[in-house]
Amino acid sequence: MAARARKSAPKKAVDHALLGSIPAPEPAKLSKDEELKAYRDMLLIRRFEEKAGQLYGMGQIGGFCHLYIGQEAVVTGIQMNMNDGDQMITAYRDHGHMLAMGMESRGVMAELTGRSDGYSRGKGGSMHMFSREKNFYGGHGIVGAQVSLGTGLAFANKYRDNGNVSVSFCGDGAANQGQVYESFNMAALWKLPTIYVIENNRYAMGTSTKRHAAQLDFSMRGVSFGIPGIQVDGMDVRAVKSASEYALNHCRNGDGPIILEMMTYRYRGHSMSDPAKYRTKDEVQKMRSEQDPIEQVKQRIIAEKLATEDDLKVIDKEIREIVVDAAEFAQNSPEPDVSELYTDILL
Amino acid sequence: MPIDILMPALSPTMEEGNLAKWTVKEGDKVGPGDVIAEIETDKATMEVEAVEEGTIGKIVVAEGTENVKVNAVIAILLEEGESAGDINAEKSSAKSEPSDDSSAPAKDDSKAASVPAEPIAVEPASDPDIPEGTKMVPTTVRVALRDAMAEEMRASDDVFVMGEEVAEYQGAYKITQGLLDEFGPRRVVDTPITEHGFAGVGVGAAMTGLRPIVEFMTFNFAMQAIDQIINSAAKTLYMSGGQMGAPMVFRGPNGAAARVGAQHSQCYAAWYSHVPGLKVIMPYTAADAKGLLKAAIRDPNPVIFLENEVLYGQTFDVPDMDDFVLPIGKARIHKKGKDCTIVSFGIGMTYAIKAMEALSEQGIDCELIDLRTIRPMDIPTILESVKKTGRLVTVEEGFPQSSVGDFIANKVQREAFDYLDAPIISICGKDVPMPYAANLEKLALPNVDEVIDAVKAVTYAG
Repeated sequence: MAARARKSAPKKAVDHALLGSIPAPEPAKLSKDEELKAYRDMLLIRRFEEKAGQLYGMGQIGGFCHLYIGQEAVVTGIQMNMNDGDQMITAYRDHGHMLAMGMESRGVMAELTGRSDGYSRGKGGSMHMFSREKNFYGGHGIVGAQVSLGTGLAFANKYRDNGNVSVSFCGDGAANQGQVYESFNMAALWKLPTIYVIENNRYAMGTSTKRHAAQLDFSMRGVSFGIPGIQVDGMDVRAVKSASEYALNHCRNGDGPIILEMMTYRYRGHSMSDPAKYRTKDEVQKMRSEQDPIEQVKQRIIAEKLATEDDLKVIDKEIREIVVDAAEFAQNSPEPDVSELYTDILL
Repeated sequence: MPIDILMPALSPTMEEGNLAKWTVKEGDKVGPGDVIAEIETDKATMEVEAVEEGTIGKIVVAEGTENVKVNAVIAILLEEGESAGDINAEKSSAKSEPSDDSSAPAKDDSKAASVPAEPIAVEPASDPDIPEGTKMVPTTVRVALRDAMAEEMRASDDVFVMGEEVAEYQGAYKITQGLLDEFGPRRVVDTPITEHGFAGVGVGAAMTGLRPIVEFMTFNFAMQAIDQIINSAAKTLYMSGGQMGAPMVFRGPNGAAARVGAQHSQCYAAWYSHVPGLKVIMPYTAADAKGLLKAAIRDPNPVIFLENEVLYGQTFDVPDMDDFVLPIGKARIHKKGKDCTIVSFGIGMTYAIKAMEALSEQGIDCELIDLRTIRPMDIPTILESVKKTGRLVTVEEGFPQSSVGDFIANKVQREAFDYLDAPIISICGKDVPMPYAANLEKLALPNVDEVIDAVKAVTYAG
């Protein structure tokens, strides 16, 4: 009987329009300055991360170290639209987010090396970094916890009626955590101004989305709460920019939260100590050669004659100098004074 | 200048590995991100990527070499315009020494730096003087808590209360009665039944500088939220190097009520007192409840405020003052005495008081200390008392292992060993989940006779 009942249940394709997933807006047309800024910002993240990987290999950076290489367009495209008071919060793959929010590469790198000139004076490390000044609220090591916290940032914005939006990032893995849905519910109920950015890089550490997610379309994860979602090509900074512009307007209009699923990819392992045996080299190589976010911008810049190869080389050199300087600074900065052991526990 | 490519570490604990394979050869051009080699340890194989652009000038360590030390030079990369000749000129001694000399931190594994002394706790302020002639108003703990919140909400718009049934229902235990009417739904926020989520929302709001009061219908339900309380609220100040923290209060009834069984009857005093970055308060009287809740709301740190359902309806005198605030971290001497010190807090005080009164009739004069704050704990007041009485009994409802009493016993034996005339006894709840049956429940909780017996034992009063 049960089998028959199941058989007669309607089998209907999910109607996105009915359920709240909205088509991605056309990729933004970027001005020359915007293209060059995107190129520069993404390249800074990539070179910074490569250097961090190198320093990790040298034993200068300890513990866990999660690199953002491959995902640069996501945070770069979103940040392009953010206002000064808007907040950002993310999990532990956070170096790119901090650089995008304008935090100094020296201070970030010095935190990675655990030195006194780091943003947390060496007491936070790669996964726990903050900047009150730049409205960056961390840097969190517990998968999914930052989503509730980011919802709280939005709660505070609404409470103060300041017009600001919080942007809470999480990965496809974190999108399965219970508190994420508790947060979705409250954000929708109270119409909180927050964007939930789900960076779908296809793997929750070593488990592919196919093996961990019952609903593979993460832009639909807010359906039960009436939260609209947009699936975005997270490798194309123009698509990210237009989608986040839409989302920020949605929040600022008082329409409550919105989900942006960023289809992206990390080239490196989950963390430095992950050999990434769960995917093929071909898969990685294909993404790198066909969809690399930086290469896409570079090709447009050249094709549209916004700048010459030589102009870009100047930028490359500049970025390399910033990163080399940050690495040097981070290795020369002293370790925190032993008295720091007992500071910042209570105010 | 040619660039050294070093043997990388795959993990913080790796010291050496095998160079399994070169995927490039001398003379090959490489760019950042290009795989140049594979290395392996007993745990994993990993690709080594080039970090800089250039030409492989020299492969120093041949493939198949085992036990290559981390940071040994494995190859040399030539930058644009350089040739192999530059290697010898620059790198005559590049065999195995890593080249970044002064920039490497002094790594001294032979001895750990000595641990600095824990800073001496600032002496907490004493209770405020209550001016002569101040009217003492009999008040229930319930109303005292409500008044504390209302006064602080009037004083600052940053203070708001959130939790299940706090607004329209007027509080599951009526602690927030009337607050919605006075402050409106913006500041008295009913939440869904979502402890983990709304605790996180509260912490996030606090990180921006708001002063949330997060009510848990009971602290048993806060177990769903304990990650946000500890990992987010308690640790952020430290992890951010002092940039931001969570100025907020988590409050609600804690401990056993009556006949609600194992999942609803548990004391969390010891649990939260374990965590640096938190303050933990557990008042007994209405005056302490009011004065300490006001202090907790003003405190710039996350404060766990443990109430008790059984005490909500009990009445105590509360001074009728404009702004009655008590110091966090200061114990209250409930009654002075000379024969034995009893330390308790919260509902534990009800057993301690009855025992003290019975013992007094039998000629044993106890000094009873109400801790009020569990963390930071007022150890000096306890020590001063024990140095006088030479005896100590602690009373609490929580489980015995790693109890608050055991912590106190450790401090006292260390700081006042020579003053002790008897072993310290900590009276706790029994080491069992709370049973439902009335007779078993009674047995599971501490009782007055146990306290009396303990005091008699340590005073050798038979």
